[in-house]
Amino acid sequence: MKFLLTCFVGSVLAALSLAAQADTSLFKRKHVDTTQQTAMNMDAVYNRPFLQMGTMPVSIGGYLEANYRYEGEQGISTGHSFQMQRLTLFFAAAIDPRIRFLTEIEFEGGGSEIAIEFASVDVTLADLCVLRGGILMNPIGAFNQNHDGPKWEFVDRPVSMTQLLPATWSNVGFGAYGKTFSNDWSFGYEAYLTNGFDESIIDNDLGRTSLVATKEQSSRFFGSSNGHPLLSAKVATRHQRVGEIGLSYMGGVYNQTTTEGVTIDQARRVDVVDVDVNVGIPSLDTRIIGEWAWVFVDVPSTYSQQYGSKQMGGYVDVVQPIYRGALFGFDKAVVNLSVRADYVDWNVGTFNETGDAIGDEMWAITAGVSFRPVAQTVFRINARMGRSTDLLGNPPLRSGGILVGFASYF
Amino acid sequence: MHHFRLLPFVLALALIACDHVLPSAPDVDQTLDGPVDGLTQDEMRRFLAGDRAFNDQVFTVATGLGPVFVATSCGGCHAADGKGHPFSAVIRFGQSDTTGNPFASMGGPQLQYRAIPGFTPETLPPGAPHTTLVPPSNPGLGFLEALTDAQILAHADPSDADGDGVSGVPNYVRPRPYFIPMPHHLPVNGRYIGRLGKKAATIDLLQQTVTAYNQDIGITSTFEPIDPYTGLVNDPEVTDRSVADVVFYLQTLKAPTQRTPTDPSVMHGKDVFTAIGCATCHVPSYTTPRASVAALSEKQIFPYTDLLLHDMGPGLDDGYTEGSAQTNEWKTPALWGLGLAPASQGGRYFLLHDGRAHSIHDAIMWHGGEAARSKERYDALPAHDREDLLRFLESL
Repeated sequence: MKFLLTCFVGSVLAALSLAAQADTSLFKRKHVDTTQQTAMNMDAVYNRPFLQMGTMPVSIGGYLEANYRYEGEQGISTGHSFQMQRLTLFFAAAIDPRIRFLTEIEFEGGGSEIAIEFASVDVTLADLCVLRGGILMNPIGAFNQNHDGPKWEFVDRPVSMTQLLPATWSNVGFGAYGKTFSNDWSFGYEAYLTNGFDESIIDNDLGRTSLVATKEQSSRFFGSSNGHPLLSAKVATRHQRVGEIGLSYMGGVYNQTTTEGVTIDQARRVDVVDVDVNVGIPSLDTRIIGEWAWVFVDVPSTYSQQYGSKQMGGYVDVVQPIYRGALFGFDKAVVNLSVRADYVDWNVGTFNETGDAIGDEMWAITAGVSFRPVAQTVFRINARMGRSTDLLGNPPLRSGGILVGFASYF
Repeated sequence: MHHFRLLPFVLALALIACDHVLPSAPDVDQTLDGPVDGLTQDEMRRFLAGDRAFNDQVFTVATGLGPVFVATSCGGCHAADGKGHPFSAVIRFGQSDTTGNPFASMGGPQLQYRAIPGFTPETLPPGAPHTTLVPPSNPGLGFLEALTDAQILAHADPSDADGDGVSGVPNYVRPRPYFIPMPHHLPVNGRYIGRLGKKAATIDLLQQTVTAYNQDIGITSTFEPIDPYTGLVNDPEVTDRSVADVVFYLQTLKAPTQRTPTDPSVMHGKDVFTAIGCATCHVPSYTTPRASVAALSEKQIFPYTDLLLHDMGPGLDDGYTEGSAQTNEWKTPALWGLGLAPASQGGRYFLLHDGRAHSIHDAIMWHGGEAARSKERYDALPAHDREDLLRFLESL
């Protein structure tokens, strides 16, 4: 798999590179605003800068993220660490004006993990009916689809999006999406049926209910673990001068109920509800981005309470530009101050034995300064502090660190 | 207005700055986990390997969990190596006298009351005597294991020869096949003195470890190969190396450190503790003998236990027993680390064998039998003496 992917990516790059050597002026850069100001979240896969070579029907793009980290917990530092977070490549092709292909291939950890995060063919029947099939990013919340590093002012992704929801969460399936516009308003929807979760949600070495554990199971791209489809659906509306709000749902049976025709367990569901908001305050030039998710999992009553049946969490980012103008020779540079609040409760409820609240939660505050010499490139410095409690709610572990990094489309 | 927009950033930065970006370590005397002083580098590596196996290895269906179980990891019962929580209490059943367990073939002695999806957990057989046991704390166990049988027997007084109303007997336990006697062991009729567990029914940390893997998590080992669900021999689900690492980890966990030992009220409380007879069973200190791990060797320790069984009266008699102990007999629990119990029990006290006591005062008031006289003296103490005594106990 790794070999095939590498060959594919290498071939496309080589072809484009050879063509470019012939005449670099043939490269056309498609500029887009990638700073979360205009397009809807559902457009994120297309709302990226692409390079197009002459009349070739294929556009390419991608981004790179690399970081420096200095972190510690309870007086124990992990020292200085440099991290090749990810290299992501996009390839898009217009097969027909109304048939488009797009894929996103991600290399994490210097290539130790390679994943096709997105690979779909979109067929436009009408503005409100675009068919999509392939490997989809389930439209649960906004971050899962709109996660490119250069779009964000923080080095790390929100904890709630990566450790509560399994961003980037993609699956094989089919569905439809559409948009309509009226004056300053736009309205969009998405609905897909895909392969879904498996029993690792409540049977994993994390020791907690974890949607993320299923993400590790690449077998979901070959077939369903249990024969039950996962429904993902989202509606969102956006006012061009105010912002966007989205409401999304994802749910289905996660466990295996039959094997070789024999019933081995009752069907157990996982259901996720998510609200995402992205608004601007024009008078202050401030942008607020947030998302909150609730996860409901049918956990057998005879199983351990350490695997919670209800989880919730989210984040809020406040991004405040403090300078716009020429800086270091860049005409449209921007300097932002930003703050993020993260919260996750992996086990909402009380102990049967004592009636006390179950712990297993975390919160964190991150403050950051970011410098955007151009919209597609961001340099970031973050200071982070966090607290996490164990299942019993004992005194929290204290963590913190300094993170420095950059992310840039190319 | 334009300055107001910077407020979230300034507040966040101030909050982070207060935390010094990299948070400092808690004071050594405020934690129960961590190695004893003086481990060599290779011993420290073994300690860390055991730490990972104990605290980080969560068992899954694929790695052997269950199918019936109580917990999914060692650390799940012993958060921060401290006293356990009622959530992870174990229930033992079947044995009401010293003749054995007639319910052994019905899932005894421990009830695996949780099960992986698709399986049914065990339920108590009708009529089976049973008890609920909150997991004990781990620190200092290596020091207690290192004590010689003679040191334990020195405090035994089976016939109450000194007439103080306190007897104290060891629990003689039949060893498991893998038990390797030490030169200091003094067996009686093939039975050895138990020193671990609420009833002192476990002889050493190897037995404690592999029994817990087996009975708590449903994990078989070369030492305890019988699967508690099927009752049949199973392939080992934990390696001998992991078992050895966990045993070494438990042996070399530091002993709890007393806080504020020179505080006048704490010092006075210690005097009261001795004066009303608590120290008769809660023996304050020992010096360990020469041991294979130098860091455990010839060290003075302050566990406040005699490791002996005592009749604790009808209030604490729940009809179940282990080894040669009677149903009303319990091993004197070590008091070191007592004041840190809430830090591992979710912010509250769950004391005594089943966690029924929610304060040190409550725990004392449950004392009966051989401890009744000391309890009555405690109950009659002037308020300031009682407060100082409690302050002393919280300092341990």
